[in-house]
Amino acid sequence: MISVYHYMSLSAILFAMGTYGVLTRRNAIVIFMCIELMLNSVNLTFISLSSHLQSMDGQIFVFFVMTVAAAEAAVGLALMIAFYRNRDSIDVDDINLMKL
Amino acid sequence: METIFFYLVALVAVFSGFLVIRCQSPVNSALGLVNTFFCLAIFYVMLHAPFMAAIQIMVYAGAIMVLILFVIMLLNLGTEARKSYTHGIVWSSIASLAMMFVALRFVKLGRVTGAEGDITAFAVESVGHVELIGKTMFTEFLLPFEIASILLLVAIVGAVVLAKKEV
Repeated sequence: MISVYHYMSLSAILFAMGTYGVLTRRNAIVIFMCIELMLNSVNLTFISLSSHLQSMDGQIFVFFVMTVAAAEAAVGLALMIAFYRNRDSIDVDDINLMKL
Repeated sequence: METIFFYLVALVAVFSGFLVIRCQSPVNSALGLVNTFFCLAIFYVMLHAPFMAAIQIMVYAGAIMVLILFVIMLLNLGTEARKSYTHGIVWSSIASLAMMFVALRFVKLGRVTGAEGDITAFAVESVGHVELIGKTMFTEFLLPFEIASILLLVAIVGAVVLAKKEV
């Protein structure tokens, strides 16, 4: 039988993988995708605990996490386009100046 | 049966996450991420949250991933072949593995309380998941809902201002 601990272990593994990607990758869009992976692993924790505790609060929280992720995607990708227009690169090692 | 299904989908999810963090081309990473989102949607259905699975597929796998793929192709990143696309592998591996072991240890040692609420699987199936979520969201969580709408408005304006050539 699948318990809530199985889901939380899977969520911990996915979160650690997302952390590894954020720390190692150079491409800013891939880093952004790894952040989405971490957000999704936290969503899995919320929904598994909400289902285990038979309460609706965790799922409402997941709803708001998805709202914030959508807003973050719009603003973050606009930032990357603006950065690419200035420096012709999307590499995080090139993001080392506050102003050109 | 359910256990085998869980392990199968979990394996696919972890493998897709591995593709996200290891593929050299950003497009391959994006496709792995879409696969992970679908696996998580399957878990949401198994956890009696079908509406969450639906908006996971529509918002994440639909909207956000299309936006990311659109930007990848707009910036023409798929064709660039850099020799080194990672940095700091050793320390990052140590940090993330340590974090994973701490988290797994907490999950193993901790005990989740067995508090009984009124949103059981039977209630979800008889009343309907969307109705239960709507009731909670528009009574208890009305103020955060309105704040989320303001956040989305600010994000729309901010994205337009940032992406324009000159304001």
